[in-house]
Amino acid sequence: MKFGKAPRIAYGEELLELAKKNRDIVALDGDLSKSTMTCLIEESYPERYFEMSIAEANMVATAAGMALKGKIPFVNSFAVFITGRAFDQVRQSVAYPGLNVKICGSSSGFSDFGDGATHQSVEDLALMRCLPNMTVLSPMDEHETREMVRFMAAHKGPVYIRLDRNEVPVILNENYKFKLGEPVVVRSGKDVTIFATGQMVSIALSAAALLEADGISPEIVNVGTIKPMNEKAIIELARTTGAAVTAEEHNVRGGLGSAVAEALMKCPIPIVPVGIEDRFGQSAADYSELLQAYGLTAESIAAACREAKGLKKENHG
Amino acid sequence: MKPYDIALIEQKAKAIRRDIVRMLKTDRGHLGGSMSIADITAALYFGAMNFDPKDPHNPDRDRFILSKGHSVLAQYGALAELGLLEREVLDRLKRFASPLQGHPDRKFLPGIEANTGSLGQGLSVANGMALAGRLDGQSFRVFVIIGDGELSEGQVWEAAMASAHYRLNTVTAFIDNNGLQATGKISDRFNTMPYKEKFIAFGWNALEVDGHSVKEILDAVDKAKDEKTKPTVIVAHTIKGKGVSFAENNPAFHHSAMTKEQYELAVRELQ
Repeated sequence: MKFGKAPRIAYGEELLELAKKNRDIVALDGDLSKSTMTCLIEESYPERYFEMSIAEANMVATAAGMALKGKIPFVNSFAVFITGRAFDQVRQSVAYPGLNVKICGSSSGFSDFGDGATHQSVEDLALMRCLPNMTVLSPMDEHETREMVRFMAAHKGPVYIRLDRNEVPVILNENYKFKLGEPVVVRSGKDVTIFATGQMVSIALSAAALLEADGISPEIVNVGTIKPMNEKAIIELARTTGAAVTAEEHNVRGGLGSAVAEALMKCPIPIVPVGIEDRFGQSAADYSELLQAYGLTAESIAAACREAKGLKKENHG
Repeated sequence: MKPYDIALIEQKAKAIRRDIVRMLKTDRGHLGGSMSIADITAALYFGAMNFDPKDPHNPDRDRFILSKGHSVLAQYGALAELGLLEREVLDRLKRFASPLQGHPDRKFLPGIEANTGSLGQGLSVANGMALAGRLDGQSFRVFVIIGDGELSEGQVWEAAMASAHYRLNTVTAFIDNNGLQATGKISDRFNTMPYKEKFIAFGWNALEVDGHSVKEILDAVDKAKDEKTKPTVIVAHTIKGKGVSFAENNPAFHHSAMTKEQYELAVRELQ
């Protein structure tokens, strides 16, 4: 698989392009601008870059004030801090009044592998997903990231996006058009539907090769919008195969797997979740070492697919 | 500076206090903290602020942000006196679907600038408005009222550093120094003092006033308006429950209900 730019880099570049055209776009950062890539805004438009330093709570509520005065603030920190440390500010000052603030969670999941559990977000999707008014995005590659950033600038209302720190495989191309809430089939199949998000989509594609060898044909669906979710589309996709697997670089409690399970509550289709099994992260020498250790692998997804297919048979047996 | 009609503003403050008592009746609610900021609220809306009730969304208006959102009864009173809400609505405080929510919600009422109530956030929001206003070449002012108990929220001090760092001279914060928090005296429960010294150390211009003297409040705001680089804090010495004898300095009236007799006495005292 070909690797593309890290989502955080694509985010920073796209934000700069948008800022060139829209003077209302401003960026606030919590002393991480060289990681979150808002340094690009600071270099080109220093008057529209606000260093808010290591005070995330203040930063988020300040962005709310800017939105109240008609700006389109993109607020940046690591995913774990912007959703956790500033949760109350996101809830009270952004989501509840429905303000046009874009919450950008960089170095999401395990992507800041070296820094360990304190800097790795296993719960950001869960936290943002339970807030009324909040849109929650999780791009799978460079192209989807760019499209989502364009969507965020155009959309009026609070949005959370999680952004991988590292280069991830490119699945889509420049012609990809992001549509809010729409799951996208990236590989057709007939035996089991894999709902995946973020770079787990590419790992699911690797799992497909393993499964085909066993005569199992998985369908792979990219779920870039965690919320709002087109539940009808999720149900239809799951019904086509009758078995579902979810794959996310996030706690299996509260993220994509939970969202898909909620969508499928009314139709009895077995769902086997792949994700972080309710554990915190830890440091590692590289990203793949952590993904391996926490079972975020093609092998795990393949095993989950076999299990889901077996459950389908039992249910119908 | 325009001459202020102090007598008129004092009447408005009294009207706000009457409105507060009318809103509460014998229900539980935040009487004490609303009464302590009635004079500041009246001085701002009827004196210091550029705010036209006929054009409450004017982009150049001064903004009023009640960081201590639980005291919103004072602001509701001011908005009623300005004609921005029907007087009958004052009888529907905290009722289902009422614009008079327990804490301010901007979607219901013009004049409410931010949803506050989760304490500690108002100054940050004010800074954001002031920064955005500066970007747009505007010079409107943002007034924030912060509780003395609320100063225990760390975010206030994050925001205070930001106001000074960004030289937000258009931001003016009042500290409602009534000396009481929900569960007792601030000096006993959790001492947030000193105020002036702390803000000066954080890079602010700091003033002190009698928070029930409309003249002193307006003089201080005029001084804040002259300040060219620093944000200004006005430490307003106030009495919680001011204007209703039995509630004054009585921590019970942070949120307690008045009895029928107390309610009637309050109405009489505010005639």
